[in-house]
Amino acid sequence: MMGVIKSIEELEKIREQARELINLRKDNENKTRIVVGMGTCGISAGARQVLLAILDELKKRNISDVIVTETGCIGMCRFEPMVDVIKPNQPKVTYVNVDADKARQIVARHIVNNQVVDEWVIPNI
Amino acid sequence: MKEISLHVLDIVENSLNAGATVVEIEIVEDSKKDLLAIEIRDNGMGMDEQTVKKALDPFFTSRTTRKVGLGLPLLAQAAKTAGGDVTVHSLPGQGTVVKAWFKKSHIDLQPLGNMADTVASLVAVHPDVDFIYRHVIDGGVYRFDLRQIRRKLQDVPVNNPLVVNWIKKFISDSLKEINGGAE
Repeated sequence: MMGVIKSIEELEKIREQARELINLRKDNENKTRIVVGMGTCGISAGARQVLLAILDELKKRNISDVIVTETGCIGMCRFEPMVDVIKPNQPKVTYVNVDADKARQIVARHIVNNQVVDEWVIPNI
Repeated sequence: MKEISLHVLDIVENSLNAGATVVEIEIVEDSKKDLLAIEIRDNGMGMDEQTVKKALDPFFTSRTTRKVGLGLPLLAQAAKTAGGDVTVHSLPGQGTVVKAWFKKSHIDLQPLGNMADTVASLVAVHPDVDFIYRHVIDGGVYRFDLRQIRRKLQDVPVNNPLVVNWIKKFISDSLKEINGGAE
């Protein structure tokens, strides 16, 4: 029970912290989107850990202007977990066979440094 | 799937694809009865009797990108392997209830896995859905209600990465507490 109360107090602090970050960027347009494949195939291939790694990396870097969403099975199950990065005014980039470590690097290299990690991008078929 | 908590994530995704706005997840671990029971209730569009029957068939899906739907059949297989089974109750327009149970001591029982990760993932990508998660371990009860958290957060969205991280920690700490400190 003590743990629950302590946690709720923490949540209040997090609210204040999050609010400060949000206030810096009010424009909802032109946000980068990250889409994780979360169909049965994606989940069984490790999409949950990929999603949580992305969110954790965004948190560590104080990035709050990226939208993280999911999609279902797109019929390329052998490439799961798949992650799309869609930057404003740029073509969609699809990463395949992503794991938690690759996901963190995608945030660092693509989201932060704006460099596509070519070797993990979907092969042209 | 390597863990039961991943099946839960997958089954809840079905609920969300069916348009659910409220999803209740209940896990009951009962050592005396040698039982692990899972129940997922949603207020999605539901299914008619014929569709419910087909839902456990791996060659049926409501999706159109691929011709097999494996979520429920995989859960049913995991349950049957561990001395249990799955039932699906549904009514069109009223939602669906999926129940799965397992023999807790069964050697082929998959580990329950990380429910904190499953719930945090769901909140992260479905911030508008009301998730209620109840977990009972031998009489110790933990209840998570996203609506309460949303009220506390006011204008801060529940899928903010800081909040998702807090949810993960809150759930895993609370589960440890009702489990008597054991993992």
